[in-house]
Amino acid sequence: MSAEVINKEDGSRAPAGEKSKAATILKVSDLKIHFPIHKGLFRKRVGEVKAVNGVSFEIKQGETLGLVGESGCGKSTTGRAVLRLYDPTAGEVIFEDRDIAALSAEEMRATRPRMQMIFQDPQACLNPRMTVGSIIAEPLVEHTSLSGQQRREKVMELLEAVGLNADYVNRYPHEFSGGQRQRIGIARALALDPDFIVCDEPIAALDVSIQAQVVNLLEDLQRERGLTYLFISHDLSMVRHIADRVAVMYLGKIVELSTVEKLFDDPKHPYTQALLSAVPVANPEIEASRERVILTGDVPNPSNPPEGCVFCTRCPVAVKKCFTVPPVWRELNPDQFVACHLVE
Amino acid sequence: MSGGVLRNSTEEVPVVQKGDSVLSVQDLRTVFHTQDGLVHAVNGISFTLAPGELLGVVGESGSGKSVSMMSLLKLLPMPPAEIVEGSVHFGGRDLLQLSDAELRQLRGGDIGFIFQDPMTSLNPVFNIGFQIMEPLRIHMGMNKKQAADRAVELLELVGIPSARQRLRDFPHQFSGGMRQRVMIAIALACDPKVLIADEPTTALDVTVQAQIIELVKGLRQKLGMAIVWITHDLGVVAGIADKVAVMYGGQIVEYSDVASIYSDPRHPYTQALLRTLPTQEGGRTGRLVSIPGQAPNLNAPPAACSFAPRCEHVGPKCWAANPPLFDIHGQHSSACWLESEGGTA
Ligand SMILES: Nc1ncnc2c1ncn2[C@@H]1O[C@H](COP(=O)(O)OP(=O)(O)OP(=O)(O)O)[C@@H](O)[C@H]1O
Ligand SMILES: Nc1ncnc2c1ncn2[C@@H]1O[C@H](COP(=O)(O)OP(=O)(O)OP(=O)(O)O)[C@@H](O)[C@H]1O
Ligand SMILES: [Mg+2]
Ligand SMILES: [Mg+2]
Repeated sequence: MSAEVINKEDGSRAPAGEKSKAATILKVSDLKIHFPIHKGLFRKRVGEVKAVNGVSFEIKQGETLGLVGESGCGKSTTGRAVLRLYDPTAGEVIFEDRDIAALSAEEMRATRPRMQMIFQDPQACLNPRMTVGSIIAEPLVEHTSLSGQQRREKVMELLEAVGLNADYVNRYPHEFSGGQRQRIGIARALALDPDFIVCDEPIAALDVSIQAQVVNLLEDLQRERGLTYLFISHDLSMVRHIADRVAVMYLGKIVELSTVEKLFDDPKHPYTQALLSAVPVANPEIEASRERVILTGDVPNPSNPPEGCVFCTRCPVAVKKCFTVPPVWRELNPDQFVACHLVE
Repeated sequence: MSGGVLRNSTEEVPVVQKGDSVLSVQDLRTVFHTQDGLVHAVNGISFTLAPGELLGVVGESGSGKSVSMMSLLKLLPMPPAEIVEGSVHFGGRDLLQLSDAELRQLRGGDIGFIFQDPMTSLNPVFNIGFQIMEPLRIHMGMNKKQAADRAVELLELVGIPSARQRLRDFPHQFSGGMRQRVMIAIALACDPKVLIADEPTTALDVTVQAQIIELVKGLRQKLGMAIVWITHDLGVVAGIADKVAVMYGGQIVEYSDVASIYSDPRHPYTQALLRTLPTQEGGRTGRLVSIPGQAPNLNAPPAACSFAPRCEHVGPKCWAANPPLFDIHGQHSSACWLESEGGTA
């Protein structure tokens, strides 16, 4: 790994490998987010969607943790909970030694600018009645004392950084293409120079060249200012490129967490293996001749997860025990964790 | 998801004659009227689609992929959009000449459309069951019970767990990828003859994506459904497309069978795009490659090659005139002066 980290105090570069010694910026312990299910005329509570069901991980200052997993497994919910956009049902989110859930509204307001989110659905954060310029400037108005002129300069700088034409500054969100809108969301998230960003599918709507430009930008910021990322993505080759460590989620739980090298070279969990085998390759000959691993079996329901291992209903190698006993989360090797009965 | 095809009945497989096309688009041009003047988003696009064929559309963000496909069915708000030229032949009629009522009949019926942004096209105030059942009742004449059963079947096909229970849920209660799959289910509901899918799998993990691709393959074989599939994922295109159209600056700059795009890309933009792919093998790479320069400003119709300012092979011809598509062989063409007689730009 050629990555370097920056020591925040004196700005000196730390050699590769130092990241693991850096301070922990975020610590999530046994996080649960359950959404109530209501039914009937009186909206009686009849159960809950266990979107996130006991998730623990740490991220070090200046590190990128990749978060991958099946659609609907709870990645966005985890990301939102980390920024306290949801209140946890149980568990803790510690950001720089302070429990996010315990912060007062005023303390949260002071912390907000340092933690930002690039939303999966750019629509969610783009007010249709505001021009792009004012959307990006809004956090600057709220949290900084920049003058109007300084704000305009900053907005132009941000637009250029994400590859958008500065001529577009007075356009409205609906006047942009899907990928252009996503970049507006990225520019807005970067406006306040945050320390930590939850990137939820930040590049999914972008062509490969713009993806490269945005990822290079995120990496430059990390190198120059020690930014920390939780990088949620379905694009495994990009995760492989940008992440230091990767967590694999399935049905509300993390099933494997390793360094990027170990995860891609030696995936341990059967779900991770299935996932890696399904990555499409940009070569028609290889694509025509390959056998896709199609997962079969019942797709489990997060309001009623299986009793044993979360993956048991679709696991190609499951044995009896997997259906009844949840596997323990254990460290196989340093920096390599897995929850599976069958891994030695 | 149980794989297989939507319906198990013994419906007839359409007899496909060679050379037949279900959809034929000629010289389509769309502009937007804005405060700062016209935006020339689509600048003369032509293509045909045979039954069962899958055309992959790739290209730069903002190059007009979504706007051109939405123009086919007049799905853009007009104004500000205006389709200034072109024809779109489907079932013996020019769609651009049809009334709104006639077009509504086709949308969601014979032509299915999956929008790029599920959150803007799913209605937040209706539950998703209603949104899937509505087209079934309108286009297929189903009663409530039949439509509900079919909706469950469709949601199961796209891999939504406990589908029946979820009919009453609202879009915000679904994850990004689940919303996208609801959109796919709606588009497929009435067995369309043509499916236009605008980045239908961007929010899906690769295993669910593989399931959707298998589903679509089955539909093509069994129902002869023709598909336009817009995507940025060149791996997906390699796996599913018969033909590929590469777009830049509101035009198709290269068109080809799928194999040649990867083995013999001719347009300098296509070549540059393929060079930006991150490599799958090996450890962490250095900086990713992007194409230097900016996307073209679309405030005038192209008078020169729109890629010229970023092109490494640029020559005097490129600044003088916009190159037409030149045939290279059979199904392969490229809009680049390098392919013109004499072979110089
Ligand atoms: N507001 C809500 N109310 C009820 N259920 C919800 C809500 N938000 C999310 N869910 C459910 O929680 C689960 C996890 O959703 P989440 O959006 O975190 O998934 P995800 O991993 O980000 O998926 P994707 O990759 O498709 O974006 C899903 O089953 C979803 O239906
Ligand atoms: N309402 C509008 N007013 C003005 N310009 C618009 C409007 N809608 C789209 N455009 C412009 O038209 C061009 C084509 O947009 P389109 O959405 O077709 O791009 P795309 O190829 O689908 O890109 P992406 O890959 O990012 O989705 C873009 O440059 C966009 O800025
Ligand atoms: Mg999500
Ligand atoms: Mg688009």
